[in-house]
Amino acid sequence: MFISNLRRQRYASCILLIISIISIEVYADDSTSISKMNLGQVLTQSEIEKYSITIYPDGKHLSKGHGSVAQGRELYNSQCQMCHGEGGIEGPAARLAGTNGWLSFSDPFRILRIKEYPVLLISVGGMWPYATSIYDYIRRAMPHYAPKSLTNNQVYELTAYILYLNELIDENVRLDETSLPSIKMPSHDLSVDAWANYIETAKINESTQNTDH
Amino acid sequence: MKSKNIKTVAAGGLLDRRSFILSGLALTTISPIASFASTGSEGHSVIGETLPSWMKVPGKGATAYGLPSSHEQHVRRHLEKNTPETSLFSIWNSPIENQRGIITPSSLHFTVSHNGIPDIDPTKHQLMIHGLVEKPLKFDIDSLLRYPMVSNIHFLECAGNTAPNAVSFTALDQSCQDLFGQISGSEWAGVPLKYLFQEAGLKPSAKWVTVEGADGGSHARSIPLEKLMDDAIIALYQNGERLRPEQGYPMRLFLPGWEGNANVKWVHRLEVTDQPAFTKDESGLYSDILGDGKIQRFSFHMGVKSVITHPSGKQRLPEKKGFYEISGLAWSGHGKIKKVEVSADGGLTWALAHLDSPILSKSLTRFHIPWQWQGLETILLSRATDEHGNVQPTRDQWREKYASYSFNHFNGIQAWHIDNNGVIKNVYI
Repeated sequence: MFISNLRRQRYASCILLIISIISIEVYADDSTSISKMNLGQVLTQSEIEKYSITIYPDGKHLSKGHGSVAQGRELYNSQCQMCHGEGGIEGPAARLAGTNGWLSFSDPFRILRIKEYPVLLISVGGMWPYATSIYDYIRRAMPHYAPKSLTNNQVYELTAYILYLNELIDENVRLDETSLPSIKMPSHDLSVDAWANYIETAKINESTQNTDH
Repeated sequence: MKSKNIKTVAAGGLLDRRSFILSGLALTTISPIASFASTGSEGHSVIGETLPSWMKVPGKGATAYGLPSSHEQHVRRHLEKNTPETSLFSIWNSPIENQRGIITPSSLHFTVSHNGIPDIDPTKHQLMIHGLVEKPLKFDIDSLLRYPMVSNIHFLECAGNTAPNAVSFTALDQSCQDLFGQISGSEWAGVPLKYLFQEAGLKPSAKWVTVEGADGGSHARSIPLEKLMDDAIIALYQNGERLRPEQGYPMRLFLPGWEGNANVKWVHRLEVTDQPAFTKDESGLYSDILGDGKIQRFSFHMGVKSVITHPSGKQRLPEKKGFYEISGLAWSGHGKIKKVEVSADGGLTWALAHLDSPILSKSLTRFHIPWQWQGLETILLSRATDEHGNVQPTRDQWREKYASYSFNHFNGIQAWHIDNNGVIKNVYI
């Protein structure tokens, strides 16, 4: 009686041990169990095309179309000028043209404008490294009160006008999906990539630590 | 208060960080003695006669969704005045000098939106993953709620927090809320993004992800895949309840330690790519201009920083030569806070402040130190160091690195000037 009880206990503890080993294994391999959730549903190509609006610096996803500076001026004056100012520098909304900073020969009132709205310290023409970003942002977000209401051609027109205000294209230029990505912005060559530097430093630190061991 | 318990640890009246607790014990033993005065005709007295009205009537019932006391209506977010004043682009600062601990109530969490707050129907909202993946996928909210979640306490800070002290030529006489109110702390719970990317299967060329919100302006940021596969989550809960609309309901990207703007609210689309998109904000407003005119992009981490919240700007110390507890917040986007030093003499001498538990990675950490104000003009400072040895710079050290008009990622040491009437003002030293 006593022995069989002991045996039973041994069996029980063996079984418990096996169960716990199994459960530890299952638990440790959590990536497998999580990928088994598989609750994501297939996203179809037509859904991707409907939502995929981001334009990349190399022109990826740019829609076919075109727009001239003259058309852009007309549209700008009716839909953008009230927030961005006649020359794209007056605000109150973000400054579209000119250099960054406190002072400007072409705009003697700049410091007064900045005092009221510090965001006017920087400008699209002075900061943005790629002209494709202008197209991207206008198409997704402008005008502020009615985003996504402009046609693709209208977006080309406004992009052309902003580039013209920055003296980056001539008045007679017609912008399209081929010419837009080829425009070189003044700040492009001034760019420093903090993330790339961070990764580089992290790698150096890691290799230093490894050689220490 | 027995003087033998109190040790001066730095000039200007800074006391050992443990001395306030000891002296407090000595004080509490005095008070009960006073309440045993005998009145004589005890049999006819009614205890209610001398007690406040709320002790003599039944109270009100609770409500289905609680609100703060009506006596706390002064504790409110403030709309920052110097942005173009439309409801579309707005910055609301949190009143951090009215809070203690490390959790900001969700209603008081700072909020910045560039195109207003959308009203999203959660039953029609989906999270899409496409681009350089094996299987493009979409997830509805009910599905996401079934995934294993993590919950962690983290700070969130706008890259432009304390910008006035970075660019203003003169120190503006503003409150802690006005200068530092774009920092908050919450418990964020949600689904680690790596689970969802594993399910979709990343292609070898995948490097960046363009993360987009479903708001009117389709706010978008390019985020390195390394971060998204590390500690990034699709946050669904803040402080125990589903996200508030101004924090991204029904879901937001949460990137511990990284600038607020990159934590895309109302997130609905993740396009996996081999290049950053250079969206509006990473092209302009959230880039930094360095001292040599170069433009620094993708500076995601929020640096080590601290501020004394009690006492702070626009306040007045109520008692000349009084005994005060200096308290404040410290945080680092790189990890845990290791120490906070406080100076009560404008930086000549420093003392270690006590750090309250919990001290968590990429989280607000509460510090405090007792202080005997000597009634004279002085300057209070705090300086944080994180576990990786990053030390909060002085304002001048910070400005050496950046152009005079660069305003993001300012983490210079804050100086609060106290005049001999106890009036506290923001100053540069």
